[in-house]
Amino acid sequence: MSGVISHEFEYIKPKDIVELTELLSQYKTKARILSGGTDLIVRIKDGFEFPDLLIDIKGINELKELKFDKETLFIGACITFNELIDSNIVKDNYPLLWEAAKSVASTAIRNRATLVGNICSAVPSLDSGPALLIYEAEVILKSKDGERIVNINEFFTGPRKTVLKEDEFVYGVKVPHPKKKNGGAYVKLGRYNGEDLAQVGIGVLVLDGNEYRVAHCAVGPVSARARKIENLLNGKKLNDSLFEEAKKLIEEEISPITDIRATKEYRMHMAKVMFERALKTAVDRMNGKGPNYGERLI
Amino acid sequence: MIRKISIILNGEKRSVYVEPNDLLLDVLRDKLGDKTPKYGCGRGDCGTCTVLVNGKSVRSCLILAVEVDGQEVTTLEGISKNGLTELQKYFIKHSSFQCGFCAPGMIVALDEFLKKNPKPSEEEVKEAISGNLCRCTGYVPIIRAVMDYVKNRGG
Repeated sequence: MSGVISHEFEYIKPKDIVELTELLSQYKTKARILSGGTDLIVRIKDGFEFPDLLIDIKGINELKELKFDKETLFIGACITFNELIDSNIVKDNYPLLWEAAKSVASTAIRNRATLVGNICSAVPSLDSGPALLIYEAEVILKSKDGERIVNINEFFTGPRKTVLKEDEFVYGVKVPHPKKKNGGAYVKLGRYNGEDLAQVGIGVLVLDGNEYRVAHCAVGPVSARARKIENLLNGKKLNDSLFEEAKKLIEEEISPITDIRATKEYRMHMAKVMFERALKTAVDRMNGKGPNYGERLI
Repeated sequence: MIRKISIILNGEKRSVYVEPNDLLLDVLRDKLGDKTPKYGCGRGDCGTCTVLVNGKSVRSCLILAVEVDGQEVTTLEGISKNGLTELQKYFIKHSSFQCGFCAPGMIVALDEFLKKNPKPSEEEVKEAISGNLCRCTGYVPIIRAVMDYVKNRGG
């Protein structure tokens, strides 16, 4: 028996949002939302989660939408990483998000794992974090009482913690298009190119007019923007001394820890190397040069 | 609560009673008698339990059987229903596997991949099987067989 689940629960697959929010308001923390299950099922097997009810949201059609209206990309809660990768809309308009999606685990996981599930799990190493933070994504939360929208920069409150209330679920994510000409790069450090979680993840987006956006994951309690670096760089054209100054600020921006995957010293060192590569690659890509999106940068 | 689900397993309609916490892998192996998907790590890391759900590769150790009610499930048994596939013959030619425990997952993952990308580069093949762990071969004869197959097949 394959790492059987000894915990018993009920399973319901609602047909619409009304039924879903009704169940959530009734069961609250005793219910868990199931879409891909690539994180949740492992957590239940390990005994970290013991819900009375699993609510499978894959029967709700509006959560399977991925649409772009030239201003905003809407990613429904059931959209998987492979659906993002297979979308030319995402590749052409949000290449940084596309590159981050490609770095997630391997095909069979990406066929199930969803971007919304990734942010709801809210692990510090989430690959979708830096790109969503950089694009200033908005998270749409719904409950029986209505809807609220939270900027992704306020969404994460700690490791595996978010602002999500017990009767709420994440309906989807809205990602505004940055409009200006830009180039981005997501650099991920893992042990191998398969299932591994990021030991360090650095995302950079450079926009026309010397605007810089930088974010990290796996090197602090939550994935976050590196505002000090952004403030230093914004409005300035890059040169060697500015570059060095920015690299030094990494130490103030991140607070890596030592765990089973890497030491804090190694993470700190690599974060600097990766920031340098990400920034250079992003500038090159903005100018139509540099490696293609999705190519390994480390 | 026990319930009856129906799936199309390898082209055949099958019905089975399952509990909500029954994993697809266990139901395939123990209730439906299809032993081709293997139990390796049980947490989605090793890839030997890989099956196709509606044509897409997934980890059957991370999916509840109730989730696939009404859907198509294909295992290695379905892929090689009419005898060995061409790719499998290349695996034999190159002695690609030693213990063979990873083979079902490899073949299922590559079946999906080669349909999507019939002329892959070696780098793309490596990426495609990066979620399938093999502890015997160091992957070299597996990748060699796939590249040989890609090179020699018609089209």
